[in-house]
Amino acid sequence: MSGLVTFRDLIAANRRKSALLVAGFCLFTTLALTGLSLGILALAAPDALAYWDWRQTLVLALVAAAISGLIAWLALYRGDKFLLFVSGARPIRKEDDPQLYNVVEEVAIAAGIPPPPVYLIDDMAMNAFATGRDPQHAAVAITRGLRQKLTRDELQGVMAHEIAHIRNYDIRLMMLLAVLIGTIAVLADVFLHMLRFAGHARSSSRREQRKSGSGSNVGVVLVMILAIILAILAPIIAQIIQLAVSRQREYLADATAVELTRNPHGILGALRKLAGDTEELEVANRGTAHMYFVNPIRKYAARGNSIFASHPPIEERIRRLEQLLI
Amino acid sequence: MLVAMTWLPWVIGIGAIVLVVLYVISIYNGLVHRQTEAENAWSQIDVQLKRRHDLIPNLVETVKGYAAHEKETLERVIQARNAAVNARGVAQLAEAENALTAALRQLMVVVEAYPDLKANENFRGLQEELTSTENRISFARQHYNDVVAQYNIALRRFPSNIIAGMFRFPPYDFFQLDAQEVAQVRQAPKVQF
Repeated sequence: MSGLVTFRDLIAANRRKSALLVAGFCLFTTLALTGLSLGILALAAPDALAYWDWRQTLVLALVAAAISGLIAWLALYRGDKFLLFVSGARPIRKEDDPQLYNVVEEVAIAAGIPPPPVYLIDDMAMNAFATGRDPQHAAVAITRGLRQKLTRDELQGVMAHEIAHIRNYDIRLMMLLAVLIGTIAVLADVFLHMLRFAGHARSSSRREQRKSGSGSNVGVVLVMILAIILAILAPIIAQIIQLAVSRQREYLADATAVELTRNPHGILGALRKLAGDTEELEVANRGTAHMYFVNPIRKYAARGNSIFASHPPIEERIRRLEQLLI
Repeated sequence: MLVAMTWLPWVIGIGAIVLVVLYVISIYNGLVHRQTEAENAWSQIDVQLKRRHDLIPNLVETVKGYAAHEKETLERVIQARNAAVNARGVAQLAEAENALTAALRQLMVVVEAYPDLKANENFRGLQEELTSTENRISFARQHYNDVVAQYNIALRRFPSNIIAGMFRFPPYDFFQLDAQEVAQVRQAPKVQF
């Protein structure tokens, strides 16, 4: 472990950040959903807001809070299954690949956690990820391409890196980020479509609206405000992911992999092979890219050094591991 | 007013005692947690050693089919395995397991001369299991030592050392490799496929 920070401190920090993320998500979606439904109401029935009633808004807010609470619960307790599903990962048994299973169980013993179930992604790109809410409810997934191209030692290094993410509770934060931020992105998308649709509707019924008076103006203002909030929001969300992901996490998992296997050559060999890989992993997207062993989106991986990258450049990871050989 | 003032020291005193008791409880529970971790890690070593014992009869049978002349080496493995199964006490167990490790390494060197055996799918499966078991044993030891180090530090550190002394938490021994084996591990040939 590095200096004064033990892995218990890392776990505590990850749990704290996860709780903050859930709280922030619930607060944000409750406000957004309430605003959204008020907006719909204003557009659908411009007169409704003329009789605006705080009790009505309170009910809307409570429903919105319940929905966001449910989404957060699902993200925490079913997020791993969801992410494995959207990544096209399917579970394999020990008989399918004894060596892969053995390697995962070995490094789980070294880390003192229960061995996680193993999933295979049927894609020739080389990558891997781990997900779950804690070491007792975790899973590791590896692409067919990576599985086939690595030696036993290299496979052990990659799996030790993923097991390190599991033990440190990185998986919980990464999973919540992927699912919750993904949900917000979908919400924002739906809302933007609605705005465009409403824009058409309004321009066609402008003459009528002029007659109907003040009620509709409130709705228009509300929608305008929400649109502005959304426009500001998108870059902030990207920033949140940046702050939480922190490229230190990857360096640390690499170092922990060496600590667990006592063999820097395994993960080094794997990273060297990955550095030459140009295959695009089709099932990954910007919402899930941060979970993977190396950045699955190759065009971003090339510009890995920019501040917007979710992963450190592979060359830098190799360089830092090579320092351990001396 | 006066009545309130006479109660104040009591409240502060009881509050302080409650805080101290809670603090002691949390330290005690922390020690119990670490001790349990160490015990679990120890039993994990046992599990993996047992796994190796179970693997050997199968391995010996398979090798016998192809390399019957290597009777001596096979005998050694079986004897070392039986000694390890019957070993009692940590010192005896460590010695028997080290002898078994050496005998198995010898066997793996010998089988290099039998290409038919090495091509046998059943043998390749067993070889993978054996490689994995050796890794598991050394990782289980490594994890045990990590956990014991944490626990022993807690036993000596202030203020947990006071609680540990009061409740007589025993220090645990590291699982040591003997000097000869350390040398072997450093230059152990990696099994590659």
